[in-house]
Parts: sequence; structure tokens; C-alpha cells
Amino acid sequence: MWTLIQVELYKIFRRPRTYIAFAAITALIGIIQFGLKLDGDTYVDFMMRDINSSITVDGKILNGYQVCYIVLQVLLVHVPLLIALVAADMVSGEANMGTLRLMLTKPISRTRFLLAKFIAAMTYTILLLIWLAVLALFLNMVIFGTDDLFLMKSSYVVLLKKDDIFWRYVWAFGFAALAMTTVASLGFLFSLFAENSIGPIVATMSVIVFFTILSTLNIPVFNSIKPFLFTTHMIGWKEFFDIRVNESNEAIIGSIQNPWRIVQSALVLLLHIICFVGASVWVFRKKDILS
Amino acid sequence: MRDIVSVTGLTKQFDRLTAVEDLSFSVREGDVYGFLGQNGAGKSTTLRMLLTLIAPSAGKIHIFGEDIAVNRNKVLGKVGAVIEKPDVYKYLSAYENLQLFAKLSGCRANEKILMDQLAMVGLDARARDKVKTFSQGMKQRLGIAIALVHDPELIILDEPTNGLDPQGIADIRNLILYLSRERKKTVIVSSHLLSEIEQVATRVLIIDKGKKVIEGNASELFDPSQTIVEITTTNNERAFLLLQQSVWKEYLQPRAALSIRLKLDRKQITALHHSLVSMDIELESLQPRHSLEDYFLQVTSGNQHVDTYTGRTL
Repeated sequence: MWTLIQVELYKIFRRPRTYIAFAAITALIGIIQFGLKLDGDTYVDFMMRDINSSITVDGKILNGYQVCYIVLQVLLVHVPLLIALVAADMVSGEANMGTLRLMLTKPISRTRFLLAKFIAAMTYTILLLIWLAVLALFLNMVIFGTDDLFLMKSSYVVLLKKDDIFWRYVWAFGFAALAMTTVASLGFLFSLFAENSIGPIVATMSVIVFFTILSTLNIPVFNSIKPFLFTTHMIGWKEFFDIRVNESNEAIIGSIQNPWRIVQSALVLLLHIICFVGASVWVFRKKDILS
Repeated sequence: MRDIVSVTGLTKQFDRLTAVEDLSFSVREGDVYGFLGQNGAGKSTTLRMLLTLIAPSAGKIHIFGEDIAVNRNKVLGKVGAVIEKPDVYKYLSAYENLQLFAKLSGCRANEKILMDQLAMVGLDARARDKVKTFSQGMKQRLGIAIALVHDPELIILDEPTNGLDPQGIADIRNLILYLSRERKKTVIVSSHLLSEIEQVATRVLIIDKGKKVIEGNASELFDPSQTIVEITTTNNERAFLLLQQSVWKEYLQPRAALSIRLKLDRKQITALHHSLVSMDIELESLQPRHSLEDYFLQVTSGNQHVDTYTGRTL
């Protein structure tokens, strides 16, 4: 199995297409960093325009943690496309190249072959998020420094102390990895049904867009299905930045307002991954290789 | 000689299309087994079933005495194959491709072994070049090197000369002969060209529309003194039964829909005619085919074939 995973990773990282996602993330974060470094004060003024009269915040609002949160909010919507570029190509790309039939004439069980491919796609997803973390968190901490994190939610504001933030990001990136692995497993499943990568990539993105619309629509008839859509739970990383308060309305350092909701979301995502990968194995074991 | 491959009642149904129907054949150790048929006859489907790329709808496949459906990995460890175009990873070099597939075949090949393998197919000088710069012939040779890297006992080559120039075709032919004679490998090679099979095969199977037409030793099938006689009668079913009970039984070929075929020496044709008359079989026609090629084109032609020299429709 380890040899198979090594071979799959070798193939992924020898393909120029793999680096598109890394380059795209670098470029996007670079542009955001450049813009905020150049004109960050205007951005903060715009952000605070409605509450400036009622709240006074000491310290540096536009710090590395703040920029990382901005980047994550923007990028985690688009990262699925970058994940799908590779995950949805894992089997369909091989079918398109004609290498699938050659691979499957080797003494490897189809289940192991497919699982090795999925693990390689998952590794790629995790590495992409590590790269995102390096640029969005660590680099921004260097460029913009660190301070308390001030977040404006829909009906309230959250102020997290400087020393109570880093661990939240570590968990948030971990959760994002789980969410993106769900996307990868969906793209992976679709890649079994096509002999070119475009179809599975478009299908993956279509499902995500469609489910996201359903998740965000405030129409009562859709409310009953929302908890079952994986897109509803993909934004669960934000829960790490909601803090509990005590009876005196003071923030409890190191707390999360609703940890059960995070666990619930993680379980739903995990269940989706198991279903998508399980379905992939089931389909692939019976599939006639005609490419 | 033991049977390396034994196929019984193999059938593959794709929805309403029957690609292979009740096909049985066996390949013996040391054979260069020519698998002959027109495009779409079911050759590739059959070979893919041998390699478990396609699941049969019915029938059994035993390779090295093992049921391929049960002991797939054990069997495939001793098989090397190139199915249709030998597509490999274009963004890798010939050496990297070979190394990757050697790993997957469970073969611990060092650089010397891999380079020797590439030298055998004449690619050692281009070992470090990306495959995307290779010609079709070079890719074909690399595909064969990949098929051979783990030193398999059985080699399956599906249309290995497709898209090659005359020199490339000759190279592949020589390689097949080398593998069979020098390395003592068993080879199954498919083609839609009789002339290619004729030059390398020791045994031949001809299939058409997924069904076996004829199977036999190449030396006998390609013997110019031998001919296929095709007869049609007023009642083919009765005639076939009578021939089965006569001395002509051993010359009978598998049943065809509209005729009865016998493979015999040209000198026996008169005796056959007399026997048919004495058995009270009412003949409509009795046609000796000139050669196996003539016969091959006749029995495997879905559409009409035109002889380019005479303009005659076969």
C-alpha cells in the first residue's frame, strides 16, 4: 500500500497542473497582503464605520490574525475549485491518458489502487491547506504583527485576546482540511464516471454551488434538508472564533461558544467522506475498463 | 506442453450488444498464439477479460491453472501486457515510467536492469527524455519494455503494430520472435492483419463477431496444400449431423450460421464430394477457398472487402 501511495504522490507532484493551485493561492494572498499593507487603514475605517460611534478599540486592528481571517473568509470559498482540479482528475485523468488500463494490468487490487489514489488526493489537499496556513497565518504574522482579533459577526462583535488566538487557527485549519477532503472525495467519486477531467471538475463545483445556495437560502421549506448538506458544515471553522462569556459578560479565555456544533459538523463531513469513498470503491470494483 | 491459458464459454454482453459469445480456447506453454479478427471482432474485449479489465458476463478463465477471478493478483504478477495503444505518463521520461511500473509490478529493479530493459527495445539512448517527445513506435517499444520489466511468463500484446511504420512493424515482429525463441516466453498477440500473425504465430485463433471461427496450429492453417471447403446444402443441420457421424468428423470446423466448413487437403475434395452424394445430401454449393487469407476475409467480413489487384468483391 505504501508503495502505491508513493507512486501516486510521485505522479501528482510531477504534473505541472498540481502547482496551479499553489501558485493561485500564493498570488491571491500576495494581492490581498499588498492591498492591505498599502491601504489597510481605509479598509479598517470602512469595516468599523457603523460601530465607530459606540465602540472604541485600542491597539492594532489590522494585524496578522485579522488579515488571516479575511484571507480565509475569501479563499475558503474558492479553494474547492483548486482541490477539484486534482481530485476530480485522479481517475478520469488516467482514463483519458490511457494509463488506467496499464495500471490495472499490474498485480494490484482495485480497492488498494483506489484507496492509494484517495490518500494521495487527501495528502495534496492537506499540503495545499498547510501552504495556505503558511502564507495566510505565519507570513501575515510577520508582515502585520500580532494583536487582539476583532471580529464583526452578523449581530454581535467578538474580541479575542492576542494569546487566545493561535490555537484557534490551528484547529480552524484542521477543520478546513476536513471540509476540503470532503470536496476531494466528491470530486474523486465523480472522476470514476468520466474519461476527461473537465466533466468531474464541473460536476463537483456545480454540486458545491447548488448545495451552498440551498444552505444559505432562508426559505423554510429547505430548512429541514440543510443539516444534511455538507456545504452547511464546511464553514464550521468559524465556530472556533466564537467565545463564551461568563455571567458578568466577560469573555472566557480558551473557550468555544458551541463546541458540540463543531463536533456535529465534523461528524457530518466525515460521514460524507466515508460515503463518497465507499461508493467510489464499490463502483470501481465493478467497473469495466474500456478506455 | 501444459495449458498456460484456458478459456471456457467466455461471454461478454454490453447491454444489447454481445461482444464475445461462448468463446473457448487454450494457449499452451511456449506458444506464440495469434489472435486474429477484424476490427470489432471482440479481440480486445477478450484480452481485457484475460487481464481482468473487463468482467465476463459468463465463462471461466484459468491462467497458470488459477481462476483469474479468484487469484487475480497472483496471476497478473506473471503476466505482462500492452493493450491497444501503449499509453504511459507523458510528463515522465522513459526511465521514470519504467521505474514506476517496475515498482507496481513488485519488481526491485536497479538502474542497470532498467537500462538493459530499455536497451532491449532500443530506447537506452532516449532513456532520460520525456515521453511526450516520443514517436508512436518508440511509445510502443516502451510499452513492451514496461510489460516485460518484471520478467513475466505470459506476454499479451494487443495489436502491437498499430500505427507503426514498416520498420517499426518489423522490429516488433523480431521482438516477439526473440521473446518466444530466446527467452522462452508464451505470447498472445492479436491483430486484424493475417500477414502479421502468419509470420510469428505457432497457433492461431480466428474470431468474428465475438465467436470462434477456427483454431489450430499455424503450420497447418497456413499450409498451402490445405484448404477450407465451404458447403451449403438444402438442409445444413442434417448434413452437419451426418458429417459428424462420418470419417469427415475430424475435418469439420465449428458450426457457422449458413454453411458447413471443413479443413482438408485439396486432394480430398473429390472424395468429400462423393461422400456427400452417397450420404444423400443435396448440395447447393461446394467452394474450396484458395488460402487462409481468402477464407479469413470471407468468414470475418461484416462488409464487403475489395481485392485491390483484381477489383473483385470478396
